[in-house]
Amino acid sequence: MKEKFTTITSTCVPLPMENVDTDQIIPARFLKATSREGFGDNLFRDWRYDKEGNPIKDFVLNDPTYGGCILVAGKNFGSGSSREHAAWAIADYGFRVVVSSFFADIHKNNELNNFVLPVVVSEEFLAELFDTIAANPKAEVKVDLPSQTITNLSTGKSENFDINPYKKQCLAEGLDDIEFLLSKKADIEAWEANKK
Amino acid sequence: MGKTLFDKIWDAHVVNNIDGGPTQLYIDRHYCHEVTSPQAFDGLRQRGLKVFRPEKTYCSPDHNIPTLNQDKPIADPVSRNQVETLTRNANEFGVTLYGLGHKKNGIIHVIGPENGLTLPGYTIVCGDSHTSTHGAFGAVAFGIGTSEVEMVLASQCILQPKPKTMRINVNGKLKPGVTAKDIALYIIAQMTTGGATGYFVEYAGDTIRNLSMEERMTVCNLSIEMGARGGMIAPDETTFEYVKGREFAPKGEEYEAAVAYWRTLPSDPDAVFDREVNFNAEDIEPRITFGTNPGMGIGINDPIPAPDPEDEAGKISYEKSLQYMGFEVGQKLAGVPVDYVFLGSCTNGRIEDFRAFANFVKSKKKADNITAWLVPGSWMVDAQIREEGLDKILADAGFEIRQPGCSACLAMNEDKVPAGKLAVSTSNRNFEGRQGPGSRTILAGPLVAAATAITGVLTDPRTI
Repeated sequence: MKEKFTTITSTCVPLPMENVDTDQIIPARFLKATSREGFGDNLFRDWRYDKEGNPIKDFVLNDPTYGGCILVAGKNFGSGSSREHAAWAIADYGFRVVVSSFFADIHKNNELNNFVLPVVVSEEFLAELFDTIAANPKAEVKVDLPSQTITNLSTGKSENFDINPYKKQCLAEGLDDIEFLLSKKADIEAWEANKK
Repeated sequence: MGKTLFDKIWDAHVVNNIDGGPTQLYIDRHYCHEVTSPQAFDGLRQRGLKVFRPEKTYCSPDHNIPTLNQDKPIADPVSRNQVETLTRNANEFGVTLYGLGHKKNGIIHVIGPENGLTLPGYTIVCGDSHTSTHGAFGAVAFGIGTSEVEMVLASQCILQPKPKTMRINVNGKLKPGVTAKDIALYIIAQMTTGGATGYFVEYAGDTIRNLSMEERMTVCNLSIEMGARGGMIAPDETTFEYVKGREFAPKGEEYEAAVAYWRTLPSDPDAVFDREVNFNAEDIEPRITFGTNPGMGIGINDPIPAPDPEDEAGKISYEKSLQYMGFEVGQKLAGVPVDYVFLGSCTNGRIEDFRAFANFVKSKKKADNITAWLVPGSWMVDAQIREEGLDKILADAGFEIRQPGCSACLAMNEDKVPAGKLAVSTSNRNFEGRQGPGSRTILAGPLVAAATAITGVLTDPRTI
């Protein structure tokens, strides 16, 4: 059972890059662990630290001006490799929501399977949100899962977002896919018998 | 209304449609490697579960393994632990493992097809985005995350939203010197790196029909690089001929019955796709990439284009990308000095790629400034290389063949391109740091790689 997801109000961390691939989120050389823990330390490793391991000052995660559990990113977030380590790194760092105008399919599933909510907004909403955060780093956004709305609290602009009812229930109730699938064992065996 | 190839296979594997939610889809074949599976096996242990259908899962370590001295213990203890963990998990849970040193070991997307484990009409998944490779056989094959790997191990099923369908038609005759890789890089550049997100793609048209199975695998392999959930090609005589006689493929009457079923799979003439796109083979030149995603590609003699002036948000990423590569808008890259050439990966590590490369460099010499890594996709490919005498041709030209694995495609082993160095690579991704921290990658086909390895500068193979 994971932490239940209802409504989150938070400041945001802006990453206005497009096509952020999962190799940037977590480079391949950090995929060698055999557990799910600790990946947050290497989130955006090569944008965050220089070759000697010193923080790169102008990267947003190193800028104390910005914080919060909502990551706001340019379009096509999470493209490339299917590595779930990218979602583990995002979750482990402390993000609960990622906002973008669109997500790569596999990464989007990986976020949902780790109780991180990917929120797809329009290009206009995203552009305005980046402007809002640039003008006021303490600006807050409210993400309401039950009503499937996201609100830029500075401008009052609100949008609905999509999530399939099954995954919504999983997030809201902390439910697990494996338990669900195990409960369908009779159906699986019936399908197999029918196939023969 | 008729059905598409994709719909026929998908629909035949639906166990349950969850109201408004994903589909519970049955999986025929599950491939595993060492990087994305340990947490899934751990999950089973924590729940006290067995693998539900162990005979449907095949494992091969490929991402971390060295390409020299594979008979010795892996030097990097963290890599070694991950590879050993896969061995322990396969033994404990009773799934087949082609471990390090096994004659069937290799890149999972290379060994599946060559052993007849990948078949038309199958649903195939693996914790790896290049699982789309297997779509070349007319299978629904796609990459998944580790939570989904655990789902498949626990139940042989996956929960998946049904994607939309797209057909990409390529018609016409390819110019000399243009390879399957060039077709794929051309399509990706036209579609952009996220342009097929949400879709499952079927490649069709006479150009695709005329491709060999190895070439089809190269095209389908790269589907993810335009965001597609997967890519596939309808099975035909080329497919049936390739599959026939392979170890795990059906034999005798079973084979005949299977072929009869596979013949029913191609999209019906009146099938409707959510999106349809057409390209002409004549428009395709040998291709290269110039940026840090596979969609940033051009013909080898074209100048680097300016960013779209309409796309303000995209401009920042585009400029950052060119800055990383050290290139400028308007620059032509043919003639640029190159440091490394990599032939290999699940994209271009098959026998035909080695034939093309060897044939090109025959009676020529590798340029002194080039470090060349030639890495077969599997031990079966390696054996074929030696059987055909390609190893001697390559050795005479100054090239050595390394041992199979993913190698410099993602540089999880020692095969790292040093910071700032420029590689011409037949792999699939040119992301920042993909081939090693600070490395710079130009993606290309095996012929551009061969020509570059001979001259030491980025070279159009048609000029030699």
